[in-house]
Amino acid sequence: MTSARKRLASSLLLASFFLLFLLCSISDANALPAFARKYGLRCSACHEAWPMLNYFGQKFKDNGYQLMNDRDAPIWQNNGYWPVTMRITPSWHRESTDKVAIDQSGGQQQITAHGFDVGGLDILSGGTLDKNISFLFVLSSDENAAFHFESVNARLDNLFGSPWLNVKMGKFELDNIVSEKRGLTLSANGGGFQLYHFVPVGDNNFLGQIGDNQFGLEWMGHSANDRTRISAALLSSTDGNPDLPGSNSYTGFFAGSHAFEVGKLGTQRVGFYAMVGQAPTNFLTSGGEPIAGGGFGNKTFSREGFNGIFYLGKLDFQVVTQHGSDNAFFATSTAAPGPLPTGARSAVWNGAFLETHYVYNPQLVFIQRSEWIRMSQQAIPGTASNLGNIDNYVIGYRYMPFMTSRAGFAWHNEYSWIRQRGGAPDGTDLTSNSLMLGFDFDF
Amino acid sequence: MRRMIANGSLVLTAVAVVALCSLSWAQMTEAEENQRLGMESHIGKLTGHAAAAKGTYRRYCVGCHGVLGDGEGENAQWIDPKPRNFTLGIFKCRSTTTGTLPLDSDLFDTLGRGLDSSNMPSWNPLSAQDRADLVAYVKHFSARWVTEKPGTPIEIPPKPEVTADRLKAGQAVFQKVECWKCHGPTGMGNGPSAATLTDDQNRPIQAYNFHDGNRFKCGTSDEDLYRIFMTGLDGTPMPSWSDNIKPDEAWDLVFYLRSLQPMKSKEKEIARQIGLKPGAPSAAPAPAPQQ
Repeated sequence: MTSARKRLASSLLLASFFLLFLLCSISDANALPAFARKYGLRCSACHEAWPMLNYFGQKFKDNGYQLMNDRDAPIWQNNGYWPVTMRITPSWHRESTDKVAIDQSGGQQQITAHGFDVGGLDILSGGTLDKNISFLFVLSSDENAAFHFESVNARLDNLFGSPWLNVKMGKFELDNIVSEKRGLTLSANGGGFQLYHFVPVGDNNFLGQIGDNQFGLEWMGHSANDRTRISAALLSSTDGNPDLPGSNSYTGFFAGSHAFEVGKLGTQRVGFYAMVGQAPTNFLTSGGEPIAGGGFGNKTFSREGFNGIFYLGKLDFQVVTQHGSDNAFFATSTAAPGPLPTGARSAVWNGAFLETHYVYNPQLVFIQRSEWIRMSQQAIPGTASNLGNIDNYVIGYRYMPFMTSRAGFAWHNEYSWIRQRGGAPDGTDLTSNSLMLGFDFDF
Repeated sequence: MRRMIANGSLVLTAVAVVALCSLSWAQMTEAEENQRLGMESHIGKLTGHAAAAKGTYRRYCVGCHGVLGDGEGENAQWIDPKPRNFTLGIFKCRSTTTGTLPLDSDLFDTLGRGLDSSNMPSWNPLSAQDRADLVAYVKHFSARWVTEKPGTPIEIPPKPEVTADRLKAGQAVFQKVECWKCHGPTGMGNGPSAATLTDDQNRPIQAYNFHDGNRFKCGTSDEDLYRIFMTGLDGTPMPSWSDNIKPDEAWDLVFYLRSLQPMKSKEKEIARQIGLKPGAPSAAPAPAPQQ
């Protein structure tokens, strides 16, 4: 054997040992600390892979963070129990965008930035105030520690002893059965679901983002085993911004799903959602600034689609589709009553994503997501039919070398790629990608 | 000197052999485990396979019940009452006579229902197949399932109509068999023996407080309560009364205990109408329960 071959063989052997060590060190898994500490359950009881919920975790959440035994009220907890969890992700990441407008040459060029960094901090507190009265608040900061309320709500659970009567008020995540907030992807281009935040090119309606937490009142009901779920929410059309900045307009969000068992494949869930709302396109101003509550010229928007979670042994597939529409005033960024550009009409699009997880065990999960959004009607006739179309692909894995019912820690590695048709400064396609390696931990 | 060393070595060897043997008696060998992983459960048309539940058990159960099923999971030290030790093959909630193994369906129902007054939640979000597999996996921890068959289910006669006379008769049964000694004269779980109660592993255990909810350890229905009297809760001080009280008396007792519970019920309404108050303890000796 030549020395080169020997080196190759040694390297392969070393790599095999490392892989073997990695696989052997994967044993048991546990839970998100605030609730795990309360109930003594491991993270894996509620999370398919932290933070994505499994059916048991979804039922726990739908019951108002209760297991529905007699240990739910805080009176059962040690006086020192304080239901707080903090989560943050220091990382190394690389961001690359192929066409960025620059002043120096008056043109555009590729920009790539990489280095060590940190994401924002989430401080979460949730649980029960008493039996069947639950709460959640999430205080989130950006990377400069500027905080805002991501969630703050209280919920009356199981009113009149019925799981079909749960009422929540405050700021909360919409009842998306495929939850972006509990997503397993974290990178800049892959962290969010494009479908949950899509805005067509030239459109100024940021209020139809079903991935954003919103202020409102939600009724939610579910069957005893949580197989059937249904909810309706009345939301302020503010996209979750405080101080009533809009025009006293409201949006409705409706969701329903049903899960059924398919033999040894597991439990499958299919559902639907719909968001229908109106919001101002114009504002009274004072000193040139919009007056809070002074919005007018309300116009409509809608988002609707199907979703599903399908299991095939250790593989699971999450599917979400969307048909979206924004009124012509939104779509052309025109303040009502106009006038609208000639021939202006609603912007309409369709989209879908498929996210797949291979859960080797609760401590190691491999992830991919493929997402496509296609405009089916541009607001201005004659606009390129594919302007604003998006393609997004993400792959990655999360490895949790340990988990106890006291803390969580994940080694997260992810690559994502996104292309927006006609999104570059010169009107050609804009492509960017992210590579991220991070320590995602909570306590 | 050499003889002393030789004797010492012999003693040490003997101790080591005994220790190793004890270890192998206490825990399954790998071969035994592999054999027992072939264990099945049968619930209606479902067949559960122990081997299929290994991952499910590690995901959901191992934190409390432990890798070996001995109730010594990492969270066990914080939990009261302690998690069940599956290696003993003793279960509270059964439809079978006291001292016998439960039916597979009993374990399946317990998984789906959860256990009141404990940390054991309802696992009904898991698929029926997963729960059937878990039942088989729970069984594989105890050799009892290899050597014994489940007991015979007790018969539950049709529930009679509740009447004032039956409520009074139920109160008399409560006195006669001295339920009050543990559960208290008014059923609040504060009888004179309550403070001394321990389970079969000598750990303190609380008597049920009938004023504290509508669920029992092993179910919520009248039939569930009837079954608890007649099968007992194995591993706890609650004995089986099947040899000491007649089925009619058991139903009377069910009606009386329902009248103590906080929720609205026909029994509670009748008790109010006839002015039935939880009675003082009787001096009459109780028949010895079946152990």
